[in-house]
Amino acid sequence: MFALELKNISKTFGTFKANDGINLSVKSGEVHAILGENGAGKSTLMKIIFGLYQPDAGGEIYLKGKKVEIPTPRFAIKNGIGMVHQHFMLVRPFSILQNIILGVEPRTWFGSVNYKAARAQVMALSETYNFNIDPDRLVETISVGMQQRVEIIKTLYRNAELIILDEPTAVLTPQEVLDFYRIVENLKRLGKTIIIITHKLHEIKEIADRCTIIRKGLFIETVDVGTTSEEELASKMVGRKVDLKVSKSEAVPGDMVFNVEDLSVDNDKHLPAVKNLNLTLHRGEILGLAGIDGNGQSELVEALAGLRKFKSGSIKINDKEIGHLTPRKIYESKLAMIPEDRQRRGLVMDFKVKENFVLQRIEKSPFSHYGFIINRELEKFADSMMERFDIRPRNIELNARNLSGGNQQKIILAREIANNPDVLIAFQPTRGLDVGAIQYIHQEIIKLRDQGKAILLISYELDEVINLSDRVAVIVDGGISVNISHETLVTQNNIKEYIGLFMAGGSV
Amino acid sequence: MKKFLFSFLCVLSGLLFGALILKLSGISPVEAYKVMWNGAFSRPSYIAYIIIRSTPLILTGLSVAFAFRTGLFNIGSEGQFIIGALTAAYFGFIFNFNPWIQIPLVLALSVFISSLYGGLAGFMKARFGVHEVISTIMLNWIALYFSNYMVLSEGFHKVNTETSEFINPSTSITILENWKSSDSGMNWLSNHPFLNEFMRPSLNAGIFFALIAVFIIWLILKKTTFGFKLKAVGISPEAARYAGINVNKKMTQSMMIAGGLSGLAGATHVMGVSKNIAILAAHEGYGFDGIAVSLIGSNSPFGSLTAGFFLGALKYSGQKIQSALEAPSEVISIMIGAIIFFIAIPIIFERPINKVLKIWEKK
Repeated sequence: MFALELKNISKTFGTFKANDGINLSVKSGEVHAILGENGAGKSTLMKIIFGLYQPDAGGEIYLKGKKVEIPTPRFAIKNGIGMVHQHFMLVRPFSILQNIILGVEPRTWFGSVNYKAARAQVMALSETYNFNIDPDRLVETISVGMQQRVEIIKTLYRNAELIILDEPTAVLTPQEVLDFYRIVENLKRLGKTIIIITHKLHEIKEIADRCTIIRKGLFIETVDVGTTSEEELASKMVGRKVDLKVSKSEAVPGDMVFNVEDLSVDNDKHLPAVKNLNLTLHRGEILGLAGIDGNGQSELVEALAGLRKFKSGSIKINDKEIGHLTPRKIYESKLAMIPEDRQRRGLVMDFKVKENFVLQRIEKSPFSHYGFIINRELEKFADSMMERFDIRPRNIELNARNLSGGNQQKIILAREIANNPDVLIAFQPTRGLDVGAIQYIHQEIIKLRDQGKAILLISYELDEVINLSDRVAVIVDGGISVNISHETLVTQNNIKEYIGLFMAGGSV
Repeated sequence: MKKFLFSFLCVLSGLLFGALILKLSGISPVEAYKVMWNGAFSRPSYIAYIIIRSTPLILTGLSVAFAFRTGLFNIGSEGQFIIGALTAAYFGFIFNFNPWIQIPLVLALSVFISSLYGGLAGFMKARFGVHEVISTIMLNWIALYFSNYMVLSEGFHKVNTETSEFINPSTSITILENWKSSDSGMNWLSNHPFLNEFMRPSLNAGIFFALIAVFIIWLILKKTTFGFKLKAVGISPEAARYAGINVNKKMTQSMMIAGGLSGLAGATHVMGVSKNIAILAAHEGYGFDGIAVSLIGSNSPFGSLTAGFFLGALKYSGQKIQSALEAPSEVISIMIGAIIFFIAIPIIFERPINKVLKIWEKK
């Protein structure tokens, strides 16, 4: 029997078709993956199932064989649909118990919250599914993995039979991912139906039974995961053959060009975030900095960029100290940067594309003269960049906001390369990009390396670090816990598990 | 185009809402608007009055709009206006040079000191993280009481009054003030009835300063690297910081310019209209009206110009329904309030406008 069936579901925003005739049948008790690139329409589809959007006329939704319309999330919840959003919807100063019962609190006879009954119910759920929670901990004090469990219990507490998980592993550590897989297995064993939205192929192979692929809003195919390879899934997702490995030649490291010594940086709460960190970068190599989110990467990058004061240590480029200089001076010392959050830090989203190309250089010739902008030069420069990096659409008058994530990232990359840097710090350079754009950015980074630039790649995606880097350093709790040489990187068996162990705090 | 249409619809709705209020108070809206229309445009002197009324509104509107482009909400226009007015009144009274020196000197001093006053809020935000809305509200009151204190100070206070001494005639920017009351002037004007009427109110050169200010601000925002960086800070301070723009410095500079513009409004008001300053029991509202002007003008220089004239006309003609129809002139305040209300909830009009524009483009 099907727990959920969608027939010919479309959703149009203005002239844009986010979903176009999608069919989806989810069997009761299975784990069903929805695979698609960013912007393929996965989230729109889930929002339709959860009652946040209404589909265009002509589509049909069946819940347990019964035709329904889902006008509101309230209706969806009532009918046993639960959703765990990618960004958790939790009240941070509340306890786990309070968060779980929020909105559906059991009452005592005079109207106050019956915590006793609630606790009993929640603990029963926790035991049945082996969640292992402490109901009185405040949400703001628990790990991300634990927060996700709270979200899942929330849906179970509301009697969900069908649970939608939106990019569930995006924020988890490798260890937490394994715990998560176990939770999903448990849920399935106890008869729940699960939909997982993802673009991670190995995750699908790991836990899903069947997989529906969506591309550019169109329904492509539903496949059995057991009989489909990762390569096949990838090609169906992007619509052409893809090579999951990055091809690159051996690195030829040159002189040392960038050098961080004993760097210590505090975070916003004045607690040490980076502790006596050392790094060296040579020309013509990519150093990957592997680590779990929140181990000091953000503070490190901000300190390197001159955006955050640091307590002690030194940062040198070509033997010249750049620590404590202004961001402008650091930029002029040939340090380029792809920031983690391109929409907030990389681009001024409501500036035109041509203006974003010269954000750091508007004062320089030929872009301005006596403080007046020379628009002609802006356009010339932007046109040439658009051409060289194949940025689409080819319209330099559009606001950066109107470009896709991949093209936005290309603008940043183009802009940074144009300054002919010696060192490029790429922080999560492919976050949220689709396979095609990821390939492009990776190739450009390797091209830069081959031109003799030094590249520091900081990524939470271990696959990306391993694929791209010539050397790897693992950052744990603000310090480098281990340096992994090029030899180890190519000869070590199970390199991913090997590095993952260090990331989780293991030692040599 | 879209922004203009949006403002226009908001204004129209505000006027309709005003009509409703009039109707509820038992006054014919058609009659009232007729009185207002005639009261605003039927005679040359009315237009001259509107110009006089609009001048400070255009400048304070420009001040708010400019700060807004850098992401700052300049509630302090009121206080900066007072500081500008006080400076002009004080130095206009103390100094007495040849007008060709006196006027530029007093204007420059007013703009300079009020820009420091505005810049103070920007500096406090940049240096200590004090939110500019809070600090400028405080600074408004500080300005008000400081001005009152100065009015009462010995040497400046006009004895037995609630006001300061008048500025020296050399400080006046009223146009052709002496010539108008001279024999030859009266003679000439009586032969030119339109100009005679138009010149009867004491028109002042403030409007020219306002026009020049509008043009300069437009130039800064549109054509200069300085404006480029200000806008980058306004839209996305994080990205601006990453791009090596000194965000704190830009905020201070932006507030300085905003303060200078409001100060210019106060100075032209004293030098062209009031000629002295009085004890204030409460704020006069030139700065607060500037916020309305800026919002109606969608925070652009030329928008502020248009909206300044509009609000000036509305306020001037609004007085007339009181005497003609015994309608409460507060209706005007209600209308302005309603217009701002509609602007504050853009969703009412944005969707219909987008639809209309789409159909338009298809044609």
